[in-house]
Amino acid sequence: MPEKPILEIEGLCKSFPGLDHRALEPVDAEVPPGRIMGLVGPDGAGKTTLLRLAAGLLTPEAGSVRVLGLDPLRDAARARELTGYMPQKFGLYEDLTVMENLDLYADLRGLTGEARDERFETVLHFSELKPFSGRRAGALSGGMKQKLGLACALLSRPKLLLLDEPSVGVDPVSRRELWRMVHELIQEGIGVVWSTAYLDEAELCDQVVLLSGGRMLYNGPPRELAERVRERCFRISGITTGRRRLLTRLLDREEVVDGVIEGANLRIVLREPDERTMLESEAGEKSGTVHPVEPRFEDAFVDLLGGAPPGTSALAEKIEEKRHGEDARVVEARELTKRFGDFTATRAVSFGVRAGEIFGLLGPNGAGKSTTFKMMCGLLKPSSGEALVSGTSLSHAPGEARQKVGYMAQKFSLYGMLNARQNLEFFSGVYGLRGKARRKRVDEMIELFGLADYLGQSSEKLPLGIKQRLALACAVMHTPDILFLDEPTSGVDPVTRREFWSHINGLVRKGVTIMVTTHFMDEAEYCDRIGLMFRGDMIAIDTPHALKESVVSKDLEKPTLEDAFIELIQRWRDRKEVA
Amino acid sequence: MDGPPISARRVRALVKKEFHQIARDPSSILIAVIIPLLLLFIFGYGLSLDSHDLRLGVVLESSDTEARDFGAALTGSDYFVVDTGHDIREFSDRLRDGHLRGIVVIPEDFAVRLTDPGKGPAIQIISDGSEPQLAAFVENYVKGAFRVWLRQRQIESGRVMPPALQIEQRFRYNPSLRSRNFLIPGSIAVIMTVVGALLTALVVAREWERGTMEALLASPVTRAELVIGKFIPYFFLGLGSFTVCLLLAILVFRVPLVGSLPALYAVTCLFLLTALGLGLTISAATKDQFVAAQIALNAAFLPAFILSGFVFEIKSMPMWIQVITFFIPARYFVDSLKTLFLAGDVWSILLPDMLLLSLTTIIFLALTARNMARRLD
Repeated sequence: MPEKPILEIEGLCKSFPGLDHRALEPVDAEVPPGRIMGLVGPDGAGKTTLLRLAAGLLTPEAGSVRVLGLDPLRDAARARELTGYMPQKFGLYEDLTVMENLDLYADLRGLTGEARDERFETVLHFSELKPFSGRRAGALSGGMKQKLGLACALLSRPKLLLLDEPSVGVDPVSRRELWRMVHELIQEGIGVVWSTAYLDEAELCDQVVLLSGGRMLYNGPPRELAERVRERCFRISGITTGRRRLLTRLLDREEVVDGVIEGANLRIVLREPDERTMLESEAGEKSGTVHPVEPRFEDAFVDLLGGAPPGTSALAEKIEEKRHGEDARVVEARELTKRFGDFTATRAVSFGVRAGEIFGLLGPNGAGKSTTFKMMCGLLKPSSGEALVSGTSLSHAPGEARQKVGYMAQKFSLYGMLNARQNLEFFSGVYGLRGKARRKRVDEMIELFGLADYLGQSSEKLPLGIKQRLALACAVMHTPDILFLDEPTSGVDPVTRREFWSHINGLVRKGVTIMVTTHFMDEAEYCDRIGLMFRGDMIAIDTPHALKESVVSKDLEKPTLEDAFIELIQRWRDRKEVA
Repeated sequence: MDGPPISARRVRALVKKEFHQIARDPSSILIAVIIPLLLLFIFGYGLSLDSHDLRLGVVLESSDTEARDFGAALTGSDYFVVDTGHDIREFSDRLRDGHLRGIVVIPEDFAVRLTDPGKGPAIQIISDGSEPQLAAFVENYVKGAFRVWLRQRQIESGRVMPPALQIEQRFRYNPSLRSRNFLIPGSIAVIMTVVGALLTALVVAREWERGTMEALLASPVTRAELVIGKFIPYFFLGLGSFTVCLLLAILVFRVPLVGSLPALYAVTCLFLLTALGLGLTISAATKDQFVAAQIALNAAFLPAFILSGFVFEIKSMPMWIQVITFFIPARYFVDSLKTLFLAGDVWSILLPDMLLLSLTTIIFLALTARNMARRLD
């Protein structure tokens, strides 16, 4: 006998004034007890809107939501008792201690007496926060904040748990622990909705609702979606040189739906399984070998969206080849330390980036990536150590050195009130382009990035993907030798991300040096080398492949980059304890 | 859905949380203590409508006793710092450069003109018309000094008997006529407007920015509880802030307090509710701390400064602006504070003010209750 669902959603949709499309097109979904529903999609897909509707924080435009048969708006009082909701940023008061946060939410939820003590005992034990109960929430690490947020949402023993991007930017160890905790919870029969922009998390859910631009693309078990690309997924390994060139060529072919770099290998999705021979002959030229692999959720998502864009970057074609001496170190960090008060954001971070290389800084929020980055760009002065770009320090180098550098910041440093053309013109002016050269360059960018249709729109209203193209256009307009990218593709859909990386791959082939920060593991796979950062320390630097190899053991024969990160964090901790 | 009665437990929890935040986040203390201190010192020391020590050039074209006597009378005055000369050309440049506020010419035939008005005015006053207010001061003070000197002279020479009926001018309610005595109470009103509105506008916007409001809204808290939970802590913080201002006014600025403390606090409590209500109304309109601060300053500070009668006399404003001032709560508070400080518990003034303040409080509370979203759309 099927159990009564905890959450029922029927034809639910929602629009907001000032938005030309619906934030949420009609959605139908059900969460049975003891199940995790993944709400998967890029930023702006409608995930938060759906969760807020379920939490009774928004009124539906049409359709209905039921929490154990209750309307979250009309039966608000009772529905709220049954619902635990953890908003983005976890809804914690940073000035309050762990215990005070718990006290507050317990009082608000009417948890008193013995039941309260018991419940505190349970959630503190469960979240392993007991030793930190007197610490202010603001002083907790990202992972601990996330656990506290969860603990607060769990206080009233909810039947339905709504989690809005609980794992974004959290270190992989904490992310795994959170999944373990949620799996324990569903044993008790509660229903969980977990929203995420990480596609690999979809595979951990019992059931997935895939959203994109407000539309529901899929609703069902994640395995079933992956089935649509079964027999069409392959890995090419053993490529000697030029894996980027090979990827570009493959992506330009009709038969290829999707392709990404995975460390030293390529992962390719074909339109038809029998096109493998083509793949083999292409790979053979680079002495690569082709093996079939298990389909992933992301492969299927890209397939569902119509496949990745062609691999040739019109931008890169336009750029002159940059020539460097062999092994020239164009970016170098020497023992970079940055302290803010008594907080050390980075501790003696050192690395070097060779010309024409993609170097990635990978780590959770608060690891010190952005701080390192800002020091490299001369936006922050190191407390000690040196940051060198092309042999000079940007913090006291004149404009000349900056002229060689392009910078694209987290959330795209565009002027929201200016339209696309004005942004292009502004940035071209900033980089010293004048008169005819400037007009020519702006027109070129408009053509290369296909921005013609969006020129008059204020950039804050542009769709995320277009915004990203515009931001990249602004950053490369002056043909820099070095490009700094700070979390360039967090939260964008996989197709847009591939388009972005096709430009980056093209630029690298022309000899441009790229330095990128990210908290996406699969983005890190695109890099030639990555530096793993954790709590202000650089814990390892190597190629993605070598990092994975370094943690191979009997229990872990084929580690992912995330496995490697977790293991390396563990080793770093052990080292610290010895020291 | 907001039907269920207010739960004391939930309100207590919210208030406790707010006090923890006040204690730990320096920004509330900054607004409640540092800003009032700063403003009070600026208003107290920087803003004065009294004129002392005006620099004056006195041209003695004549050297007879009468002329020198009047020149000495001017020199002796508190209002002037006098430079004496014998030719107007010595001073005209300095008047132009702004070193002198005015020139008084005592003509060669001063003594003759004194006795024979037909010969023309006895003295000539030249002042800097580019600063009309100062020019008027100079003119009036010199004229006054001249009249006093004339009378004195007549009495001394025995030509006129001292009048049987002596007029003694006395100003009631600010006997020393110090402008500070009415500026300080007025500035307290401005300060309380800013503090009250800014405090609440910022703290609510902060909850939106940090995502905690969303978490609160998803809990069983009702709208009324949210509003009360914000009012209580910031009401007390505002009262503390008022007390700081009051102590400063009395102890440092030596403003006399004629009225009683209970009356003073009663009016202040009412006004604080209005100001906090204004802040909450603003915070319902924006979820951004920066925007909230901008609105609070423009909607609270500027009207309170310009339209409350704090510096600019309402009765001398154009009619339509006078009408607007009726909608500025600070006006009633300025009025009450001036009355309480300078005149005492004049209930015929205080009661109407308090009534109107209660009205504005109710209006802002209603606006807050209506606009404070229990939902996000």
